[in-house]
Amino acid sequence: MTAPMPDISSHLYVFLLAAFLGLEVIRRVSPLLHTPLMSLTNAISAISVVAAIELAGAGHGVFATTLGVIAVIAATTNIIGGFLITDRMLKMFKKRGGQK
Amino acid sequence: MSFDLIHFVSSAATTQATGKGEFTGAIATAAYLFACACFILALRWLSQPGTARKGNTIGQIGMLAAIVGALLQHHVIHYEWIFVGFAIGAAIGVPMAVFMPMTAVPQRTALSHAFGALAAALVGTGHYYLYKMDVLRPHPVEMGILCLEVLLGALTFTGSLMAFGKLQDLLPTRPMVYRGQILVNLSVLGAALVCSTLLTFNPQWTWLFPILLLLSLAFGVMLILPIGGGDMPTVIALLNGYAGLSACFMGFVLDNRLLIIAGALDGASGLILSIVMCKAMNRSFTNVLFGAFGQVKAGPAAQGEKKVAKPTTPEEAAGLLAAANSVIIIPGYGMAVAQAQHKVRELYDQLTRRGIDVKFAIHPVAGRMPGHMNVLLAEAEIPYDRLLEMEEINSEFPQCDVAMVIGANDVVNPAARHDKSSPIYGMPIIDADKAKTVMAIKRSMNPGFAGIDNELYTLDQTLMLFGDAKAVVAAVAKELGES
Repeated sequence: MTAPMPDISSHLYVFLLAAFLGLEVIRRVSPLLHTPLMSLTNAISAISVVAAIELAGAGHGVFATTLGVIAVIAATTNIIGGFLITDRMLKMFKKRGGQK
Repeated sequence: MSFDLIHFVSSAATTQATGKGEFTGAIATAAYLFACACFILALRWLSQPGTARKGNTIGQIGMLAAIVGALLQHHVIHYEWIFVGFAIGAAIGVPMAVFMPMTAVPQRTALSHAFGALAAALVGTGHYYLYKMDVLRPHPVEMGILCLEVLLGALTFTGSLMAFGKLQDLLPTRPMVYRGQILVNLSVLGAALVCSTLLTFNPQWTWLFPILLLLSLAFGVMLILPIGGGDMPTVIALLNGYAGLSACFMGFVLDNRLLIIAGALDGASGLILSIVMCKAMNRSFTNVLFGAFGQVKAGPAAQGEKKVAKPTTPEEAAGLLAAANSVIIIPGYGMAVAQAQHKVRELYDQLTRRGIDVKFAIHPVAGRMPGHMNVLLAEAEIPYDRLLEMEEINSEFPQCDVAMVIGANDVVNPAARHDKSSPIYGMPIIDADKAKTVMAIKRSMNPGFAGIDNELYTLDQTLMLFGDAKAVVAAVAKELGES
């Protein structure tokens, strides 16, 4: 028995809107900040932690749990590392202060 | 999707077992929605340095909300291993972020793309083996997307590891090419796509899945082999997009819109940065998409008489700089390698102290990743309003007294403007040659990564400062300080 066709079209609408929104928003990011942009989007794409949690915690047996936990580790590394390093970088960008 | 039936049965049981009801489910949904809004705002606020840190903070809030939401999902019933995963991830991530020198940002970014892609590939793999093929086979559409997720995740994982190896100098930075490479690469990719197609319509062929994984992993390695160090900014941007897309596909498979939106945002950023990098190197986007780039075309032998470069000393350079009204500094990868940014700051201080106008001209592909130079100069506390993009500053060179090239090469090569036989012909460059005097700091007269002579060095107004960028800049700054 084959599962029914998933509701792909509403997902495609969501994807389309998000992609265009992303293009518009990111196009405005100053080239000055392209490195922090990359580390921030990297941290955001570690949102796969959500799927990893659901895989690791659903009690699907040793194999699935192991894969899930490794995925949680990889994603958590990116979340924590990504946000911390972005903040470290952004803190460094200063305007000329005290000078004419 | 196809899990709904199984989940429906099992969730009824677990809801009672864990006490999670409809209410927590609603909270989880709200948390995901909130996270989406946070991520969009985070990128919106990142556009300007003034609001960027606020953007980073809202991003963290969004991520926290998403994690809480995931933990509240009704089918998440075991927590111990998840928290072990959090702890290990934090133990790796915190030191990587806190103790890493800023010059290592490109390799750290490559490594984090690898981690992100690994997570996507693993979740996809785990999900595949959970299908009960004899009870309910996944719909071909779902299976096809899952295959793409795994393919993209696996190739981005090994590809990013290769990029990391090259950036960290664990692997040779030179492009590794052999005859028929493109054909071999395309065959491996083709085989992986055939496996994906077969699995899409025959998901029960579980033996084929590991083959798909192996082919994808191998393709990632082969894709990056021919890439040279100078092409790394484009590759990193591209891998960034791939990692985002695989997260996006995961969202399609798992019926999770938060993943789709966050993945699409990441993919969009990778796409935009790739396009910016392509334009800055005058390469076509299709060229990059197929990975058929980074090959060093054999440059024509230097034609005509060999012009000789005029070397100079730090003392003379300091004298010329002190007499200038305006100085534009053009940093490149050589500055990053020599870790010279703090010495450049000393030079900047010495010059501004004398009332000289000092600006920095940043080429989009200077360094090893998008924005690399800006981060290094910001680390050295050079105010960011002094850092100007190529298009903004190029018109100022004719009025500029001294253009100082620190470790940059191809991005200031005038051959890009007129020499049709040059491999970099057509690439937009910084007009350093239009300045009244050019000073170039270089280790030797060896050509840059593209393997071509730079006629800037033999112009009449050019003076060469040979040596390590850090030592030379320090010597010039010292001379200025003493005079």
